[in-house]
Amino acid sequence: MSVTIYVPGDSGALALGADKVAKAIEKEIAARGIDAKVVRNGSRGMYWLEPMVEVATASGRTAYGPVSAKDVASLFDAGLVSGGQHKLSLGDPEKIPFLAKQTRLTFARCGITDPLSLADYEAHGGLVGLRNAVKMAPADVVKQGTESGLRGRGGAGFPTGIKWKTVLDTSAEQKYIVCNADEGDSATFADRMIMEGDPFVLIEGMAIAGLATGATKGYVYIRSEYPHAIAMMTKAVEVAKKAGVLGKSVLGATQGFDIEIRSGAGAYVCGEETSLLNSLEGKRGVVRAKPPLPAIEGLFGKPTVINNVISLASVPVVMDKGAQYYKDFGMGRSRGTIPIQIAGNVKHGGLFEVAFGLTLGEIVDEIGGGTRSGRPVKAVQVGGPLGAYFPRALFDTPFDYEAFAAKDGLIGHAGITVFDDSADMLKMARFAMEFCAIESCGKCTPCRIGSTRGVETLDKLKQNIEPEKQLALVTDLCNTMKFGSLCALGGFTPYPVMSAINHFPEDFRPAAVAQAAE
Amino acid sequence: MVMQPASTELAARTAAVISELKDLEGPLIPILHGLQEEFGYVPQETLPIIADALNLSRAEVHGVVTFYHDFRKEPAGRHVLKLCQAEACQSMGSDAIAAQVKQKLGIGFHETSKDGAVTLEPVYCLGLCACAPSAMLDGEVIGRLDADKIDEIAEEVRS
Repeated sequence: MSVTIYVPGDSGALALGADKVAKAIEKEIAARGIDAKVVRNGSRGMYWLEPMVEVATASGRTAYGPVSAKDVASLFDAGLVSGGQHKLSLGDPEKIPFLAKQTRLTFARCGITDPLSLADYEAHGGLVGLRNAVKMAPADVVKQGTESGLRGRGGAGFPTGIKWKTVLDTSAEQKYIVCNADEGDSATFADRMIMEGDPFVLIEGMAIAGLATGATKGYVYIRSEYPHAIAMMTKAVEVAKKAGVLGKSVLGATQGFDIEIRSGAGAYVCGEETSLLNSLEGKRGVVRAKPPLPAIEGLFGKPTVINNVISLASVPVVMDKGAQYYKDFGMGRSRGTIPIQIAGNVKHGGLFEVAFGLTLGEIVDEIGGGTRSGRPVKAVQVGGPLGAYFPRALFDTPFDYEAFAAKDGLIGHAGITVFDDSADMLKMARFAMEFCAIESCGKCTPCRIGSTRGVETLDKLKQNIEPEKQLALVTDLCNTMKFGSLCALGGFTPYPVMSAINHFPEDFRPAAVAQAAE
Repeated sequence: MVMQPASTELAARTAAVISELKDLEGPLIPILHGLQEEFGYVPQETLPIIADALNLSRAEVHGVVTFYHDFRKEPAGRHVLKLCQAEACQSMGSDAIAAQVKQKLGIGFHETSKDGAVTLEPVYCLGLCACAPSAMLDGEVIGRLDADKIDEIAEEVRS
């Protein structure tokens, strides 16, 4: 029987040499005349073990990692194809604590299947949700979405079902489903992982959204920094079209649905939904004032569902197992699971999908294993460049939309960047302002001018020019940006800045001033 | 500024890219990507041709081209090295890495080496945040950058 060896094609694994490993394995297979084939799967999301090679043996999958090309010959010598012992043996991947502790609903297949095999996808529970949706009335599909409690995973946390209902209730000749795959936040890679590792789940989610709302055309707007995700999604859409999942009829339904992949062009602000729509229309990615809501006047002025990748990729499991099943995970008004991305200076970096409710401390210390550098954790930025910096004192905050908001923070797209004690929080606050200045679309004054003034003010603070005055000024400026900006770029940049100032005041007092005060 | 009329060859190549993509909904960004792929940058001379084909003003096309970081006004070096400078990479010392790379290549961000070998650019997140610091060399991703990998990159771009 032919043996299957899995070598991830995920870009995180590629960045650590997975292509070289795959080549070396192919070479050994040929040289040794072994009956085996290599499948390029997605990543399981344990990046400190990548490239993680898996072999399907008679008793299940067994893993090895992190594998480099020079390990390959010795792996074959140790009997890799039958799961032989080697110094890189990890055993059953599902029993690795990092994976065993997770609840994988959205990422159920990621890292397990061949991303481009629809047969593999179906064998692992794929398309069940879409087949259910085909048999249901649109309003009932929307109802499932609403009752599941699923909220937008892009950061805003807006209930997905409500968006869908608005689009369903708005009549128009053409409606659109737009998938926001402009995952620009540092520390986030869940969208990339799912698009590279299980693209059909996103396609299925979008098709369900189409049936639910009467939209027949979908766009996936993927940032240009993700060439591998663009390539994978493009191929997967072709496969889905050939199989009749997409096209004039969705799996035999009277309604059709088609998907087109579009590449962004390096503008961070296009992750904001209205500027993304402008970009898709071929305009400058400038933010639109709301109302009108995109659900009523969105892409080309037509009713449009615009959802994040993870929101849409979570829809199939809801439609497969039911709203109640999904809703039973989580806490408070944060229902279901959330793929937490643990990044930066951390020992066990990767993707951890779990029900809402773990504390920040559990995530960083227990799951992440502390810093990679081995030094103490100083700060953790939650929610990307627009998220707050949390000190250890707030590590008891549970991972929940409302709990984070109550501590002047946000979950955002659930990315977590860990910093050790070498981090300079004044520098990080300045970077937040600088990043906002680089990426501002320029439409509203608080964001466009405020960010530049913010950089200047923090520079003066660093130079110890009237520090108290600069701190007062930057606080006032943040207030203006927070309440006066059109979108979250200008509106949320105050989160990293003010949290750095409030939680790490020692970093904002130049040494000379601190001494004078003593 | 005097606009140079497009050469016949450039005009023909531009028209070919446009005709392939203009029937898409919202074709401007795909066309600009297509032109950058064709020429390695978006030549100024193509803007009036695009404007004409899409029934837009030149100002509108100019506004779009200059809004997006991706579109180049002039050709890049033979290699393009993008270094991630976002928070997750900063937490793993991307500042020091960038300083080493700049010194090694003798250029700063947004610059091309005199021999035309390499263009260096900052990028704000490649989604490789769990294997920081990261980079992309001509579309190939690189994680956990260190001094050895920088040496390899420097060698590769010079060969």
